[in-house]
Amino acid sequence: MDHRLKDLKLRVEAIVDRVEDVQAADPIAARLRDLGFVAGEPVRVVARGPIGGDPLVVQIGYTRFALRRAEAARVVIRVAA
Amino acid sequence: MSAVSLQVALVGNPNCGKTALFNRLTGSRQKVANYAGVTVERKAGELRTLSGQQVRLLDLPGAYSLGATSPDEAITRDVCLGLMAGETRPDLLVCVADATNLRLHLRFVLEVRALGLPMILALNMCDAAARRGIIIDRAKLETLLGVPVVETIAVRADGVGKLVERIDGALPPLSPIAAPADLHAEVRRLIAAAVTMPRRTAALDDQIDRWALHPVGGLLMLSIVMFLIFQAVFSWAAPLQDGIDAGVTAAAAALHAAMPDNTLRSLLVDGMLVGTGSVVVFLPQILLLFLFILVLEESGYLPRAAFLLDRLMVGAGLTGRSFIPLLSSFACAVPGIMAARTIQDPRDRLATILVAPLMTCSARLPVYALLIGAFIPERTVAGIFNLQGLVLFALYVAGIVSALAVAYVMKLVRHDKIEHALLLELPSYRLPHVTDVLIGLWERASIFLKRVGGIILTLTVLLWFLSTYPAAPEGFTGAAIDYSYAGRIGKAMEALFAPIGFNWQICIALIPGLAAREVAVSSLATVYAVSATGDQAAGQLLPLIAAQWSLATALSLIVWYVFAPQCVSTLAVIRRETQSWKIVALAAGYLFALAYGASWITFRIASALT
Ligand SMILES: Nc1nc2c(ncn2[C@@H]2O[C@H](COP(=O)(O)OP(=O)(O)OP(=O)(O)O)[C@@H](O)[C@H]2O)c(=O)[nH]1
Ligand SMILES: [Mg+2]
Repeated sequence: MDHRLKDLKLRVEAIVDRVEDVQAADPIAARLRDLGFVAGEPVRVVARGPIGGDPLVVQIGYTRFALRRAEAARVVIRVAA
Repeated sequence: MSAVSLQVALVGNPNCGKTALFNRLTGSRQKVANYAGVTVERKAGELRTLSGQQVRLLDLPGAYSLGATSPDEAITRDVCLGLMAGETRPDLLVCVADATNLRLHLRFVLEVRALGLPMILALNMCDAAARRGIIIDRAKLETLLGVPVVETIAVRADGVGKLVERIDGALPPLSPIAAPADLHAEVRRLIAAAVTMPRRTAALDDQIDRWALHPVGGLLMLSIVMFLIFQAVFSWAAPLQDGIDAGVTAAAAALHAAMPDNTLRSLLVDGMLVGTGSVVVFLPQILLLFLFILVLEESGYLPRAAFLLDRLMVGAGLTGRSFIPLLSSFACAVPGIMAARTIQDPRDRLATILVAPLMTCSARLPVYALLIGAFIPERTVAGIFNLQGLVLFALYVAGIVSALAVAYVMKLVRHDKIEHALLLELPSYRLPHVTDVLIGLWERASIFLKRVGGIILTLTVLLWFLSTYPAAPEGFTGAAIDYSYAGRIGKAMEALFAPIGFNWQICIALIPGLAAREVAVSSLATVYAVSATGDQAAGQLLPLIAAQWSLATALSLIVWYVFAPQCVSTLAVIRRETQSWKIVALAAGYLFALAYGASWITFRIASALT
């Protein structure tokens, strides 16, 4: 099974594999790719929200973004073995 | 002013310093703050270069991509593509990039380059980059990109010289460079070749975020920050306020004593001085509130607070992105409602616009402060808390809770439940510059005083006129004001408002309060000053209402102000932002109904208990 960004443990380094569209021409997925969620990019979860661990703060490139779990679920990752 | 010879537009990712550059270049004072989505409109300014060229510079909202996902990004896209009505396509684009965040920002630079317009790349925040040990080979980047690259520091007076020179120089040739198939691969190549980056983020940011974003520690910190603001607004401002108050009272008494008892004295003392003085007293509180808002905005903390509160706000039918528009509404609902443009989802945006008027704007502060000062004893609770500060805090909370409740009802009513994105950038922390904060406060003070000297003075004088004329005829029993227009209007309205405990003086004050809420205070001051008999010096409003109103009436009026929609500018901006009178009617209607209902309940309960 694919690993997803939403399940990544806090402060564990992973590599983005791809962003999946959950619908045809998914605008959220497209925006995620624009922001740098593209294959080969290192990614980390820096913090989780106080209620239900949602949203997440994610470090991608040199930037931190707050993403909801549903958004992070689109990002398929590879965890360094 | 000579004819404009060059049209230049500033474009770039959000929060890279476009507006700071714009202000520096044109001498404007547009709003600059440390979060994405500060600018939501295009703003034009002019500058003259050394060679005498007259340049028209356009500041645009930040965009992550030309594939816009929100109304503010669409403005930037339309201007770049020459599709914006009433705006010619720029002759030159100055693409701004944050030198500490090139991995993200260069992608947009490549997208803009593919437009084929002449462009210059401004690497801004070079000071911050240097502090973090980031080294950028400017010449190499220029060669690789094929566009001129200049370094800028928008926050320093001498930080934009090279950019001005470059704008002044010959236009870089139009060289349509097709966008590479994979923009991200191209960005990585550019960075590998021209940028040395010791760490991906600032070490200090990581340390602060460990606390600020912590599930428990972060929420604790947020509550403390918010609570401190309200305590401070009440306790720290008091000495200054007392000073202004004493000054106004002394001036009124002196003028009263110096002038013969005639209409002019009444106009000057009862109308102008007492009316406007009653509002000016609140200047220190308003400035303190803005001091906190300005510091928070520049620090970079606000998007973090939005992150912490997102889940709560989603539960209520809003989004974390509503946080900043709603927080701005504490200053004034008008910019708050405009800031809602940064919310991509149209339903979230509408919900935010509709509840923004429930946030306690600074114009309501005088009303609250007056009533709290008159009816809530000054006491210390639990050793540290000021009771008046606590009540004020409770009023702000009441506004927030009702906003969440209203948004929740709207969420239940709407049918489609498609998900929408948060995607909120957390900027680097920044220490606010003392001079910038002081200038910001000075601007606030002058806006407030202009309001006092303009609309508030005008309405107060108008009200004085209405409460003085027509003069009571010989042999009229009762107070002269009863015979005046204002007295009659107030008495007529009393029928509607008596069930919620408002006397006719309050009813009169509600009308001019429509144009500016603070005027409710100055109107009360004028009405009571005019009705004061003969020798009774034009007194202060506060002890007067404390003696004459019941606690139930005061509480009812306070509650009324939590909800009441009486602010024409807010309704006008809702109309402009939504293009719909129906929504304006909806907003005004629901707020009025809530205000009346809540005041009725408050008045009944308080009357029964006291
Ligand atoms: N250290 C440093 N800070 C800067 C510089 N330029 C801008 N800033 C800060 O960066 C933040 C963002 O500046 P803005 O001018 O509001 O950015 P913007 O690009 O207009 O942002 P949006 O309108 O949201 O797209 C503010 O906190 C500024 O004080 C700079 O050269 N150096
Ligand atoms: Mg801006």
